[in-house]
Amino acid sequence: MMKLGEGPIAGNAQAESPLDGLGRPLAIEARGLVKRFDGFTAVGGVDLSVPEGSIYGVLGPNGAGKTTTLRMLLGIIDPDEGLRRVLGHDRPHEVAHAIGYLPEERGLYPAMKAYEAIAFLGSLRGLPLAEGRRRGKALLEEHGLGYAIDRQIRQLSKGMAQQVQLLGTLVHDPRLVVFDEPFSGLDALNQGKLEKMIRGLAARGTTVIFSTHVIAHAERLCDEVAIIAGGKVPFAGKVDAARDRIRPQVRLETRSQDGPWRAAIPADARREGSLWLFSLPDSGIEPLLRALIEGEAGIQSLSIERAGLHDAFVAIAGEAAARALDEDKPEETAR
Amino acid sequence: MSRTQGGRLSTLAAAYVVARRDFVAILFSRSFIFFLLGPLFPLLVGGLAGGIGARVQQNVEPAKLGIAMSEFDILAMTRARHELAGRLDGLPDLVEVKRLEPGEAFDPAAAMRDSRANLGAIVTGSPQAPVLTGPVDRVEHWKGEIELIAAEAAGLGPKTYPTVTLGKLTGSKADTNRSRVITAQMGQVVLFLLTMLLAGMVLSNLVEEKGNKIIEVLAAAIPMDAVFLGKLFAMLAVSWVGLSVWGLMLAAIFSGAGQGLGSVPAPAVGWPAFFALAVAYFSLAYLLLGSLFLAIGSLATTVREVQTLSMPVSMLQLLNFFFASWAMSKPGSAAEIAGVVIPFSSPFTMIARAAQDPALWPHALGIAWQVFCVALLVRLGAKLFRRWVMKSGPAGVRKRRWFGRRADRAMQPVG
Repeated sequence: MMKLGEGPIAGNAQAESPLDGLGRPLAIEARGLVKRFDGFTAVGGVDLSVPEGSIYGVLGPNGAGKTTTLRMLLGIIDPDEGLRRVLGHDRPHEVAHAIGYLPEERGLYPAMKAYEAIAFLGSLRGLPLAEGRRRGKALLEEHGLGYAIDRQIRQLSKGMAQQVQLLGTLVHDPRLVVFDEPFSGLDALNQGKLEKMIRGLAARGTTVIFSTHVIAHAERLCDEVAIIAGGKVPFAGKVDAARDRIRPQVRLETRSQDGPWRAAIPADARREGSLWLFSLPDSGIEPLLRALIEGEAGIQSLSIERAGLHDAFVAIAGEAAARALDEDKPEETAR
Repeated sequence: MSRTQGGRLSTLAAAYVVARRDFVAILFSRSFIFFLLGPLFPLLVGGLAGGIGARVQQNVEPAKLGIAMSEFDILAMTRARHELAGRLDGLPDLVEVKRLEPGEAFDPAAAMRDSRANLGAIVTGSPQAPVLTGPVDRVEHWKGEIELIAAEAAGLGPKTYPTVTLGKLTGSKADTNRSRVITAQMGQVVLFLLTMLLAGMVLSNLVEEKGNKIIEVLAAAIPMDAVFLGKLFAMLAVSWVGLSVWGLMLAAIFSGAGQGLGSVPAPAVGWPAFFALAVAYFSLAYLLLGSLFLAIGSLATTVREVQTLSMPVSMLQLLNFFFASWAMSKPGSAAEIAGVVIPFSSPFTMIARAAQDPALWPHALGIAWQVFCVALLVRLGAKLFRRWVMKSGPAGVRKRRWFGRRADRAMQPVG
């Protein structure tokens, strides 16, 4: 396992963003992050490369090590082993003014007024208090919470308080936003709003990294994902690349039950009456089609479906991790 | 909206952000009102008890003044006192100290010092020219009554009073020292109670913050050292506000009662220097104990845990206080030097010294030493706080064995 200070990390000077293999600047780069708690390895060697301006999902069941990984990336806790570089800095606190963080367990001072809470969160990131108050009021108005500007946090509903904290996370207009389970506790409507907000942030060039155990969110939003299970990352890359780990699934219905065309069907194909289910062969669709037509299979229907992220997750992380993901508290999904 | 206007916060700037928030939040909270009123309750109870005690003492044991005159004058004075007592309340009893023969010399000051009768003062001379000898405050207090009694004894008219000559006694060095011990003890007790109260408050504040999960937001944005410093100094600032308010209230009470600090023995360094030193020693004592309590608070997650964990420290601090009280009674001894050198007893020992010894240079040394200890302890406390509060920083196997377990359990991996 890589130790702190060992091994090269892509990039140039410390303050400059490193580049990945494709020459893209990286907002976050982590190599071999390890964290142990009382002998238990919570994170056992995580590698991540988050391109600037992307929406990046950290996907895994509860207890997989998502929050611990994010905490290490933010400098809340230090890794026992490994390297991290955030916005070109080895010490995340040095770029705290350019980062926004929404923790999974939300926390605000109950006696603070909503706009003051936003301003305080901004001031922790270097935003002058007066400017934070001005922006806080404007943000609350902009998001339909103008009536709550002068209300104390303790007077707001849980959902509203969450929105206030979310706005406080963004008030200083960070270059990198880290959300830990941001959809947790939100109703479908607010989940949709949050998805829109995340897309808006990315459109403005902000890098967004979020953890989730709901695949649908990651599938809809993310350019890239890291699948994390048991404290390790078996896959990190583009969502399409994850899906491509599984061959497209073919559903074929034929009139003919037998004939020379059967030679084109893979040996492990599953048969349900006149329906055949199998993975698309390595040779692709064209040789299969030719064989079916020339062999007079009598094609009644043919569909080729690309694998979903859930299937990819099962294939990559294993059945056990997928079951754990499915067993996690169900979330409403926004469309 | 433009990108953030501010840059990276330095540790001190971040500490200021935390301190400002804590200071304002505490100052405008209801609990601060109780905090301000807190010391008034014991004062009120003490005042009531003192008032009742004084009344009881007045009723049970009237003041006694000694009298040393010729037999005839003593008789005239006691008869006059007896006649006036029927019309006036509060006249002192006259106790015969000595019947003087014509031409016999008598030293009332020596009699006052040797007296075992616990006399307030001694009247000598004659009813036409009485002399009242005793401590300054007492002779001033009884002057009027002696004028009345002497006028009655001398058979002067109701509008003619003899002039009472006052023989004001200043205390001996031993008396002065004894009095100053009272001031020293008072200083120590006030210092101890205040530091314990405020250090306890900073501890509760931290636990509450851990409870409502804000600590994670703070930890992600600013260094833990800044959180530690911010919390510590916010409570110090709050305590200064409290001290100012209490000081003003006491001044108002004293001036309203028409009294200054005259009844309290003046400290050796004088009142202004004593107050300045008291503020300095209070601040240093609070910073020492507060940083220790904050480090403990980083370990605890509930108020119950706080009570359990802070108990040994409170007990040790109580021992330090007793040690400082004991050392105070042995000025210049090895015990006093030890009291000054031990950081946690140093402020108490030094404030007692300020009451007893007029030299100021030891305080410069004492403050320098305590500032050094505070810097060291704040640094160490911040380090432990950082390590424990979010279980941060790489921990070696040996360190983890001693320090890591509890915090590790508190920081279960959650995702």
